[in-house]
Parts: sequence; C-alpha cells; structure tokens
Amino acid sequence: MVAEIGQFTLIIALCLAIAQSTIPLIGAYRNNLSWMSVGRTAASGQFLFLFISFICLTYCFVTNDFSVLYVANNSNTKLPVYYQISAVWGAHEGSLLLWVLALAAWGFAVSIFSRALPADMIARVLAVMGMIGIGFILFTLLTSNPFERLFPAAIEGRDLNPLLQDPGLVIHPPMLYMGYVGFSVAFAFAIAALLSGKMDSAWVRWSRPWASIAWVFLTIGIGLGSWWAYHELGWGGWWFWDPVENASFMPWLVGTALIHSLAVTEKRSTFKSWTILLSIMAFSLSLLGTFLVRSGVLVSVHSFASDPARGLYILIFLAIVVGSSLTLYAWRANQFTSGGRFDLISKETMLLINNVLLVVAMITILVGTLYPLFLDALGLPKLSVGPPYFSAVFVPLMLPLVILMGIGPIAKWRRVPVKELFGKLKVLLLLGVALGIILPLAIYRDTTVMTAVGIAAAAWAILTALYAVLRLVIKRDSSTSFAKACSKIPRAMIGMVTAHVGIGIFILGVVFTSSFSDQKETSAKFGEEIELAGYTFVLESVSGVQGPNYQAMRGSVNVTKQGSPVAMLYPEKRVYTVQTNPMTEPGIQTGVFRDLYVSLGEPLNENEWGFRIYYRPFIQWVWIGTLLMALGGLLGAMDKRYRTLAKAEKKATNSNPVTQTTSA
Amino acid sequence: MNKALIFIFMLFLSLLSVSNAQIISVSPEYQERYDHLLHELRCLVCQNQTVAESPADLSNDLRVEVKEMLERGATDQEILDFMSDRYGDFVLYNPPVKPRTYLLWIGPFLLLIGGVIFALMLVKRRSNNVVDNELNENEKRRLKGLLDEDDKEK
Amino acid sequence: MIRFLIPAFLFLVLTGFLFVGLYKDPSLIPSPLIGKPIPSFATSTLRDPNKVITDRDIQGDYALINVWATWCAACKQEHAALVYLSEKLQVPIYGLNYKDDRASAINWLQQYGDPYVVNIFDENGRIGIDFGVYGAPETFLVDSDGIIHHKLVGVMTPDIWEKQFVPKIQQITSVAAK
Repeated sequence: MVAEIGQFTLIIALCLAIAQSTIPLIGAYRNNLSWMSVGRTAASGQFLFLFISFICLTYCFVTNDFSVLYVANNSNTKLPVYYQISAVWGAHEGSLLLWVLALAAWGFAVSIFSRALPADMIARVLAVMGMIGIGFILFTLLTSNPFERLFPAAIEGRDLNPLLQDPGLVIHPPMLYMGYVGFSVAFAFAIAALLSGKMDSAWVRWSRPWASIAWVFLTIGIGLGSWWAYHELGWGGWWFWDPVENASFMPWLVGTALIHSLAVTEKRSTFKSWTILLSIMAFSLSLLGTFLVRSGVLVSVHSFASDPARGLYILIFLAIVVGSSLTLYAWRANQFTSGGRFDLISKETMLLINNVLLVVAMITILVGTLYPLFLDALGLPKLSVGPPYFSAVFVPLMLPLVILMGIGPIAKWRRVPVKELFGKLKVLLLLGVALGIILPLAIYRDTTVMTAVGIAAAAWAILTALYAVLRLVIKRDSSTSFAKACSKIPRAMIGMVTAHVGIGIFILGVVFTSSFSDQKETSAKFGEEIELAGYTFVLESVSGVQGPNYQAMRGSVNVTKQGSPVAMLYPEKRVYTVQTNPMTEPGIQTGVFRDLYVSLGEPLNENEWGFRIYYRPFIQWVWIGTLLMALGGLLGAMDKRYRTLAKAEKKATNSNPVTQTTSA
Repeated sequence: MNKALIFIFMLFLSLLSVSNAQIISVSPEYQERYDHLLHELRCLVCQNQTVAESPADLSNDLRVEVKEMLERGATDQEILDFMSDRYGDFVLYNPPVKPRTYLLWIGPFLLLIGGVIFALMLVKRRSNNVVDNELNENEKRRLKGLLDEDDKEK
Repeated sequence: MIRFLIPAFLFLVLTGFLFVGLYKDPSLIPSPLIGKPIPSFATSTLRDPNKVITDRDIQGDYALINVWATWCAACKQEHAALVYLSEKLQVPIYGLNYKDDRASAINWLQQYGDPYVVNIFDENGRIGIDFGVYGAPETFLVDSDGIIHHKLVGVMTPDIWEKQFVPKIQQITSVAAK
C-alpha cells in the first residue's frame, strides 16, 4: 500500500512539474501575473509530493517490505537501520528518486528565497526547472520505478552492496546530488536571461549565490566520495581518475569557472555571454555525468547496473535539454553587449585566463574519459586512459592557475601597473619558493623538483590569500581600530580567502602524500616486526568477529615508534552473509601529519597473514583543504549584499512591477 | 579455537572460489619498479582497477609474471610491451603515443594555446575600447536605486 | 554569429559518439594476436602427463583452440555446442585446459563428452597469458599455418558459429585451396 502511495505521489509530482513548466512561461509572455505565480505554488507542491514519495520508499526499506523489488534487491532484515535508510539511494532507482527530490528541493528554495525577483524572471526560472523535473520524473517512472512490486514477495532481501555500507556513503550521494542538481538553478537563470534578453548586474546578484551554494555542495560531495574511497577500498588511495569521479569533477571545474566569471559580470558587467555559457555547461556536465554513470558506456568501479534503454533515455533527454539551450544560446547570446574596458594586466584578464585554464582542464578530462569510447566508436583498437595520463596532463594545467590565484585577488579592475603588482608580491614569491625548497628537505630530508614546485605553489597560494585580506587591516586609517577594520572586511572577501587557503592546504596534502608515501606488502607471522617509515608494526593475532550481517577476521596490530606505543589498529577482512564478496576494512590511525593505514590480506597458514601497511603523510590535509574550500564558498554566498539586495528588490518590485517585466 | 576459525574462514573463501589480491614478495631491489609497473597495468577482468589492486585470479598471475620478468632482468618497457602484445593497449593505463593517441596527448596543450590566444585577442579588443560603457543608463539608474536602499538598511 | 554556434556544434559531435558508444560493449577486449601466429608452447597433454604437446601439433586446414576449465560455469554452458561441432560437423577442436586440476578435468570429459582432438594442459595459466586469455571460455580460430583469425570471448553457440566462424573458415579454406 505504502509503495502505491509513493508511486501515486510521484505521478502527482509529474503533473505539477508539467504545470510548473508551462503555465508560468505562458504567463511571462502574456504578462499575466496570476499565471506567472502558478510557478511558485507548483514548485512547492512538487517538492511536497516528491518528499512524500521519498518517505514512502524509506518506509518500505525500514519495514523490510520485500514485496517491493528494489527493496528486496538492496536491503536485508539484518542490515543495520541506518544503512537501511541509506540503502534508499544505494542503487539506481532510489538514487534517481533522491536526484529528483533534490531538484524539487532547489525549485522550492528558489520559490521561497527569490520573492524579490521580478515576477517574469522567477516564472521563467521555475518553468525551466519544471521542465528538467518532467524529464527526470518521467525517467524514473518509465525506466527505473523504485516502487515496482515483486510477486511473490521475497522472503529475505539480497542486501545492500557491502562496499556501500560505510558512513561516508550515507551522506556522499545526497551532497553530490544537491551539487549536481544545484547547477540547474544557475542554468535556469541563464535560460531565463536568454529568453527575456535581460541580463544586468541585478541578474548576476540573483544567480551568483545559487551557483556558489551548488558549488559548495558539489565540493563536499566530491570530498566525501574520495574520503570514502580511502576508508573503504583498502588501498590507501584517495583519487583514482575513475569515470565516476571524473563525471563529478568536470561540473566542479566549470562551476569553479562560473563563480569566478560571475564575479566579473557582477562587478564589471562584462563576459556576459561567457557567463551564460558556463551556466549552461555546468549543468550540462552534471547531466552528462548522470549519463556516463548510468548508461554503461564506460567501465567504471562503481557505475550503476547498466541498461541501454536507460542510457538511451538519458541521452535523448540530454540532447533535448543541452541541444536546445545551446541553440538558444547561439541565437540570442550576441545581444548581450559587454563593453567594460580593461588592460592586459588587470583583474579581468586574470579571471579570464583562470576561466580558460579551468575549461581547458575540464575538456582534457572529458576527452580523456571518453577517448576509449571515441576509438571504439570509430572501430579502432581499444585503449585505456588512466591515472598516469591524467596526472601527466592535469598537473601542468593547474600550476599556472595556482600562480594566477595568488595575483588575481590583489590585482585591480581595469588596469594595474606591473611594477605595483610585482612590488607587492615579490617578497611572497621569494618566500613561497624558499618554503618549497626548504619544507620537504626539513621534514623528509629528501625532495625532487616536482615536490619543490608543488610545495612552493601551495605556500604561494596560502601566503597570497592571507596577504590579500591582511593588507585591508594593515593599511587601515590610523583612526580605525584593528577590530573595526577586521569587521569591515566583506564576507565575500573572507570567503574567497578561505577557499584559496583551502586550495593551498589541499595542494600541500596532495604533494606530500604523493611524494613521501611509503608502503609495504608482505606476509606477517604473528609477532614478527615489520618496519615502515620509522614505525614498527606487529601483527599480534587474528580473531573471528561476528558483525550484524557479516563475519570478519580481525587482526590486532601493535604500532610502536622506537619502543614507545603509537596505536593499536584493527584491520578486518569481512565476508558479508548475503553478498559473500570479501571486503577489506582497513585499520587507520589518523594524525595531522600522517596516517598509518593497515589492511589485512588473506591467511597463508595458521599464524601467517598477508599484510599491507601504508604510511600516508599529510593525507588529511586533502580533506581539510576541501572543507575549507566549501566553507569559503558558503561564506561568499552569505555576503551581506545578497541579503540586502533581496529586501531592496522586494520594495522596488512592489512599487513598480511593470517596468521590471518589459523585456527586450 | 582461533585456529579452527581461521581454517573455517579459509575454507569459506576457497569454497566461494573468490580470490584475493595475493601478496607477492618481491626482493627490495625491484620493489619500487614492481609497484610502479602494477599501477600502470589495468586489470582485464574487473571494472576499472589496476593490477596492483585487483583481486582477480588473472591479476595474481600477471603480478607473478611481472615479478619473474623483473628478476630475469627485463626493463620496464619490455614488461609493458609484453603485456600489450598479449592484451592490447587496453592493458596499459598510460596510453602509448601513437597516431591514434596524438589528439589525446597534444590536444590539451593545443587547446590551452588556442584558449590563451583567444583570451589575449579579447583583451586586445577590450583595451582599445574607448567607450567604457560598463553599465548602460537604465542599469545605472536601477543599481543606484538598489544601492540607496542598501544604505538605508544600514 | 558563428562563434556562438561552436558549443552547439561540439555538443552535436559528442552526442553522436555517445549514441554509437551506447551499443558497444566497453569491457570487451579485442585480441592483438589476430593475424599473428599462435604463441609457442611446450607442455604435457591433459590425459597423459608424460606426453609433450607443442604449438606445432595443432594441424589441419583450420582448427579451433578452446580455452576451458572445470571451475568455469560458462564453459559448462557451451560444452554441448562444442560436442555438437566436433561430432556432427567434424570441427577439429583443440582444448586449452586452463588453470585446472588434471583429475577433475578428465572426469569432466568422461561425464559430458570429449569434443577435443587433444587437450593442452596449462596448469598455472602461463600459456593462457601468452594467448591473452582473460576470461574462460575463449575460442580462437587458426589456419593451417597457425595464424589466428578470430577470437570469441564467451560462450560458443550454434548461432555464433554460423555468424562469426563459418564465413572466416570459408575465407581460410578458399585461400588455402589456391
């Protein structure tokens, strides 16, 4: 019964999405306010009904309703309840429902927080989001219905994929989807601008915080994904350049370009058509990612069960959405005049180059990910494009970006004399280079050119970001107090600096782990001492452990450093009762400057086991940096000017709605 | 008790005929090259995994093969060639430079050069732009209205 | 303006490729050995540990080399088809018994029938690596000079035989006739 309610509410949501995508749009053209206002109601309703639908599916999971096929395939009575809930989005059908729900949530948020927008703008934005909603709800209903019944009902469920039974995977998909789908708002704003022909500074101020928040979610989502890979796969790695990862990284790169280009468009009213294109691209890449992960066109570690029918549906949907928006773009983009004058050495140029680098990086990853498919489609011999390629190509593209990142925030709009820039930055440049050379030598007594360059880049990023904000305080008038000067720093500035420092910390983590990691794969007799990176690891015993839905062999590993105890680690080898594939659960001691990571291999005989140990310096900095980036984005989106804008706009709209709605 | 458990566990694993990434001891002088090579090779059976990480039986065999070839004094390139002669370029994660991969290897840098040239052309046009019409009249009026409201808020 | 059309054009090309890619199997690995002679080997036969078999023992106008093992479930599926090819169509099939146990393999042949001319016993899978085997069952088609003409990964069926092998065999034998 509950499953039928879920399905029924899903259909109601579809009807509301249809209403949301048509009526307000017609209203916007006929200048009919009551038609336009249907958008808000429909968006709220769509969210409400999808939420009910989602709750129904969750209810089926929690109550072990194995008469629902999807539940029977992905859950089990022995599965702990928190994993029963996360199992809702553990496979294709349910994760699609989560995706649709996230989309509706964004639509609902737009309808609430954008009350200050001109009615025709909000009508167009919500209509575009409604259209995307139609596409995905239909996709769910037609090809991937999570409420499909199984008759006769299964007695026991086939359990959730053991790989997904991890805390990281509980919150990773919701975050990632909120990010993916969040770009639909910026996309809808772009389409609305193309339709109305109106794109002024106020437009940018509306759409900018939405893009930033989506970017924040995506950043956290990707970070959690890599954290999960590190904790669950048992190889001490955190990024594998797998198609699934690339699928989420591409919209992130374009999203990063977008939030920078929005800054230029807001402040200088230039790069308008480029900003529109980036808004379209960011969401298109989210859709493309969905296609790549769910269609089975690429071989990936954790793609969903592939089905050409689903692939074909998404491809057609992708072609309609992206094809029509790019056509609309080609038709109307030239009407946005951008004329702000600037010189070669100016903030505008630097942000322009920033955008070029980010987009080139994205295309590189896109081509690299799809190259096997291209060759296959052309009938040429197959090949693989993997981590060695991506590292070789990606790193050289990112280095100039980091260098620019240090100069950009200090450079002025329009023009800035080279001498002035260099004068300000030469000390930091020297300091950065010095740190790059000294730090690895001081900590590890070893370095390579690449390591030094990487650390110098990280130091440069952090130093320049801090300088960008500190100079505002240092160079205050003598009359202003230190505290007053601090409080006057705009939140957007603090956000930018936080994100840039985050990138510096991220790079530090990446460079140190990839340069100074150490590992050993060996067999260990009980009591045998194994040395790695100055630590002594002793596998003391292995004993059987009974988990809720698995059996495990748990090793006890005593780690010491020069005789003094460091940690006891308990790596496990698990065999899940239902899905029976053995899982490696590493034992990790996390530290600020290094992680010690052990995982258990297979038994060789009664008291000797295969054993892997990893020493991973600075690896936590990768995720600390990612978190700082997200925090920075959040602070930026919360800048005061967006909130006062909302209030101001409301008054302006109320007093004179007609002048706002006439379009070119 | 413990022995019995381990025995049961081993039996369980073998009954399921699931294999595991077996640990192969390599003499320290080859260790670094061995690790590096295994990360360059793609498991043929699994979904997108390196031979280093793959639990597949075939990957175990390939690890042994790499180890033995190293001990016989083969160079890294000889080992990679050995693999691609048998399994095709598919087995190499680092695609070799050939006519059909030119685009893959040179593309990004051509694109970068193209992008920078495009950007510089745009900059040149903009820096010669005499009229600095960053905001048109309408926009200015509107923004002024907004800013006034802003001030009142404070 | 033309430049605003560039993104739409690139997207069109991309969609075309994605559409074609949708109907390809990304995990199928074509063999680089096609057009090359079979790798050389020397090992014992399955039934007689003392009898040596080498690559030169594979003879005939054409021959199939079938990679199989008793632990391989799909091999059981195709076994009837192999027996049919061997008995009804007199196709010469050489077996490559891959990473298997000698006793159980012999037992299997007694139980399900023996379609093989002779079986190459590849205990540790070393010959399999030279053949580029990555998943049993696999079937190679070789000509009288021992050149590999085709490789099938997966289960042999009468339908696949007709569609993939027969035309290639006609080609081989007609060339040989000249």
